Amino acid sequence: MKLLTLNFLTCAVKACKSSSASFPLHPKECELVSDTIAPNPKLIYNILPRVDWNALVVTASELGFPSLPPAAPTQEELEKDENMMSELHTLLLETSVSEGMLVCGNCGHEYRVKEGIANFLLPNHLV
Amino acid sequence: MAAEQDHLAPEKYEEQHVHEVYEQIASHFSSTRYKPWPIVETFLQSLSPGSVGLDVGCGNGKYLTVNRDVFIIGSDRSSNLVKIAAEHEPHSAVVADTLALPHQTGRFDFAISIAVIHHLSTLERRREAIKAILECLKEGGKALIYVWALEQKTSRRGWDEGHEQDVIVPWVMKTGKKNPNEDGSTEKTFQRYYHLYRSGELEEDIVGVGSEVFESGYEKDNWWAICRRPLKP
Repeated sequence: MKLLTLNFLTCAVKACKSSSASFPLHPKECELVSDTIAPNPKLIYNILPRVDWNALVVTASELGFPSLPPAAPTQEELEKDENMMSELHTLLLETSVSEGMLVCGNCGHEYRVKEGIANFLLPNHLV
Repeated sequence: MAAEQDHLAPEKYEEQHVHEVYEQIASHFSSTRYKPWPIVETFLQSLSPGSVGLDVGCGNGKYLTVNRDVFIIGSDRSSNLVKIAAEHEPHSAVVADTLALPHQTGRFDFAISIAVIHHLSTLERRREAIKAILECLKEGGKALIYVWALEQKTSRRGWDEGHEQDVIVPWVMKTGKKNPNEDGSTEKTFQRYYHLYRSGELEEDIVGVGSEVFESGYEKDNWWAICRRPLKP
């Protein structure tokens, strides 16, 4: 489960979807892995305006990454700064949670991540 | 006809006749599903770079290979299929129920749901699924929905107008001589439930949840429609 994916997902419980406390989900006892994915600057430039940057800052800090700038870099800044571009590519697309839990800040439900796959199926009492 | 359907709660019925079947036939099913349908391919290629979308009921992720300049978060009930789907970089796939998606409301540029909604066994649940998919879209976001058609008299199934719409369709899997069944046979048959859509029904379902259709048609035994946010309150 990539960090970019985490930026678009929330708790699957209906009552939580409208609550701001449910997003982002909080990683718990997570193991991270790094994959190698071909760089695609066009994807990164265009996806950044769609990323919830505040949520990404929270996720990155909860996973122990060095703190991110308070606002998303612009395409212009990224074109000038190859390092920043490659760090963002690594953080968003190459870094993923391989094992652990994702916890909803609203209802406390824990979603399991196993072999990189997050499972959002709900137990009967939460459906 | 699916008589047993009357005796079970829809989610239990679907568990038996959809989810469990796909979980078991996952790799065999996946090996037969590699060629994207033209309408879906065209839709995905028309998206601007950086678009973020969801593929609800992504199966083995065959549509995750079409456009690498967009980012798709696929979902499927079958964890065996999701494992295959998750290998298509740069995209992503999670295990989730179509009626309880983890995708955030109002965040996505586009959605596809290809050959999925017809596995839900009541009108109410099919509409609920369409609504749930559309709610994930931003204002102006587009969804392409694709379902199996009742009108397909030239197909090997031969169904057509006036036939029963709720059907059980067998999936025959060769077990191979090394793993025969107890009686020595080498084929195993799984029964999948389908609701076959008649002409105009998909559009009715979309309008029924307050959305609007802005393109629809028929492609090789299937009905498809492109619809969008906003939903009327």
